[in-house]
Amino acid sequence: MAENNQYKHIPAEKFAFVQENQKIRDKKFETKPVGYFKDAFNRFKKNKGSIVAAWIVILLIVFSIVGPYCYDSNYQKAYATDIDLRRYQYLTPKLPLLEGTGFWDGTEVKEISETLYYRYLGIGIETGNEVIVDVLDKYTVQDSNGQKTMYKVRVDNYHKIDAFTKTFTQEQYEELQEWQNELGIQIIMPWVDYYDKNEAAGYIQNSKVLFKNINVWYQCDAKGTPVLDQNGNLIPHYRTYQAGQGPKDFYESIRIPGDPGIEDPESEMRYKYASVGGSKKTGYSFTVRINAHNYFIYKYGFEPYFLFGSSENGYDVFTRLALGARFSLMFAVLVSAINLVIGAFYGAAEGYYGGTVDIVLERIVEILSGLPTMVITVLFNLHLSGKVGAVVALLYSFILTGWIGMSGMTRMQFYRFKNQEYVLAARTLGARNLRVMFKHIFPNSLGTIITGSVLVIPGVIFSETSLSYLGIINLDSPTRSSVGAMLSAGHTVMTSYPHLVMFPAIFVGLLMVSFNLFGNGLRDAFNPSLRGVED
Amino acid sequence: MYLFKYILKRLGLVLLTFFVVILVCFVLVKLLPSKPTASFTQSQELIEARREKMGYNLPIIQQFYRFVKYGLQGDFGVGESIYVGSEVWEVFTSKLPYTVAINIYSTVLSVPLGLVFGVLAAIKKNKWQDHVISTGVMIFVSIPSFIYGFIVQYLLCFKLGWFPAIMDASQGAFSWVGFVSVIPAIICMSLGSIASYARSSRAELAEVLTSDYLLLARTKGLSRGQATVRHAMRNAMVPIFPSILGEFIAVMSGSLIIEQMFSIPGVGKLYVSAIKAPIPDYNFFMLLTCFYTLIGLVASIIIDISYGIIDPRIRLGAR
Repeated sequence: MAENNQYKHIPAEKFAFVQENQKIRDKKFETKPVGYFKDAFNRFKKNKGSIVAAWIVILLIVFSIVGPYCYDSNYQKAYATDIDLRRYQYLTPKLPLLEGTGFWDGTEVKEISETLYYRYLGIGIETGNEVIVDVLDKYTVQDSNGQKTMYKVRVDNYHKIDAFTKTFTQEQYEELQEWQNELGIQIIMPWVDYYDKNEAAGYIQNSKVLFKNINVWYQCDAKGTPVLDQNGNLIPHYRTYQAGQGPKDFYESIRIPGDPGIEDPESEMRYKYASVGGSKKTGYSFTVRINAHNYFIYKYGFEPYFLFGSSENGYDVFTRLALGARFSLMFAVLVSAINLVIGAFYGAAEGYYGGTVDIVLERIVEILSGLPTMVITVLFNLHLSGKVGAVVALLYSFILTGWIGMSGMTRMQFYRFKNQEYVLAARTLGARNLRVMFKHIFPNSLGTIITGSVLVIPGVIFSETSLSYLGIINLDSPTRSSVGAMLSAGHTVMTSYPHLVMFPAIFVGLLMVSFNLFGNGLRDAFNPSLRGVED
Repeated sequence: MYLFKYILKRLGLVLLTFFVVILVCFVLVKLLPSKPTASFTQSQELIEARREKMGYNLPIIQQFYRFVKYGLQGDFGVGESIYVGSEVWEVFTSKLPYTVAINIYSTVLSVPLGLVFGVLAAIKKNKWQDHVISTGVMIFVSIPSFIYGFIVQYLLCFKLGWFPAIMDASQGAFSWVGFVSVIPAIICMSLGSIASYARSSRAELAEVLTSDYLLLARTKGLSRGQATVRHAMRNAMVPIFPSILGEFIAVMSGSLIIEQMFSIPGVGKLYVSAIKAPIPDYNFFMLLTCFYTLIGLVASIIIDISYGIIDPRIRLGAR
């Protein structure tokens, strides 16, 4: 020993390999070495439920990425500004493949009054898009006003949207007509004789009954029952240009069958297609009666169908759900990543140093964990959402206490590993504290910590959904959506439009179950004590 | 003696935590702009004068002193944007029975059912009963309660019409009418608890059933049933019982959504409406913050202490 002391630094040439020129008698492994992660993966693969759950998670992630782009970009832009979109509200889910089957095809069985029945019939005849798909039953009920005929019918919700009036500039008006001529789809319908003052339905003028509703294009009595001609057809009730008035609506496009002026556009008995305002100086404006179904095709470029139905604002539930899902997932992953980092450092410090440091840091944790999440969220929201926006405020509030679980987990792992031989060896070799912590101990606890943070994700989504369901945070806007807000909006109209709640609820349920299954599978796979138990 | 010391220590810590939490929340709330609404009966000057008298214009620390001083006497001020003019404490105590009622109902339903399912699954481990129960547990534990809230409300209340869709609170919290109308809410609240009790009791019992002393009990001639009931169950209950206690206290704060959904006029609904008012009502908010913080802390301390009382190993081992 004494002679070793003469060197302060042992020169390199004094070192020699112990085993040099000796035969190594170790047996060579014939199988491939299986590392920690490889082993965990192998065990994960054996768990059927978790594999299925992992695929469902992947599917939901793909849905949330691709979903928002599924509809035409015109329609996407329409979210923000278009007031006409509300006309397409509360449509039932429709899958074009299933058309005519009565299931998921945008139809609905309804019990309607006779007046409404004839109105739907009229819309069908006028536009060519049948509203009443099937008449299931016709019966009479007795109420205080006497006998009433009721119909039980299957109604196509996409075709029953009422016509509406809209005012265009001359350019837009001509554009519409050009489009009509090109595609042969009629948007502009002739004006109906209707009564537009605040009066109950059935106002009588010149022995004709006029309704406030511009869908009533046929003659009828005060109850709304149509007057039929001798062939049993409806008698049209359109506005015409009487002799002397002269046509000035610049309408040079498709006319509906039966228009007396169809042969001769200059005829003075032709139907009136637009109500012209303004003058040559100021520019004309044209108020026209619009077929809502076809106008949708014109405006957004595809026939209206919504896979998951449409919401109160006429938004498509499918894309909104995908938008909300994307937000929820991204938000949850972000929260869990940030919590992982903070928790790992905090827990590492606690576990590694122990003693006073641990006690002091644990007291801080204790106080923070005493704060109810709901209170934190509300305070952050009230203080910060005006300054940095609701999303960032929510992010802060989730981070403030979210890392506590992660730090506890890391702390446990550090207590477990810090007294092991390899740590001692590393320290003997002169490794500094930080190096021992993050190069030697941390990788060993990585499996547990990562699984922990996967299991955090469904928890974050759950809190975010509940908070936005309760309306404590408001994440809903034309360009952004949240699943919780969709649920809460759908809940108010659940009796009539269950689809508004059903799809978001299915999504949340599926996400929660599959994420938990997946996370549990990961946790079991990374748990060394369960190794070999199943075999 | 050790236990007594331990309880004292825990209590001290809880009080400290509670104090810090309330102080922080109070300061944060007072830093928010709080403009009084002029309702049609009161003039703005009158409100301002009253707020001056209530000490709203004092420094925050003095206000906190007043808050603690009057709060200990049960005076938390009056409602300013909801329940305008009524005592906050009185409104709160009138709401409390509803929350307590649905929690008692759901605990009474979920504890026995959860234990039965859990024990059944543990006894029939790896048979079909176990698989069915475990799958159900996985699903019901994961899905948030408001999801089956929708299903229950839609099916039982709207489609079948067995129950009213919202609670009929006209005859008080503990009346028969109130109970019947609140059954859907109880079902929704219980499903998750049943599943989590079943999960924990299955895990505990399954572990105990494979232990050596149970083998000994069987060897000395006890039947399977006797051994399970007399030896295994008692030990398996050790970690479960505290969690039942804790859960019962914690669910008081966990029924926010269910209360909202079924319009139960409880504390959770009060909290949500205090926040969602056009101008949040900070007096209600502070009282309910105290309430929820206290509930959380008390739940955790009760779990800890009851562990010590129930389990002799923990009690004696500490010496």
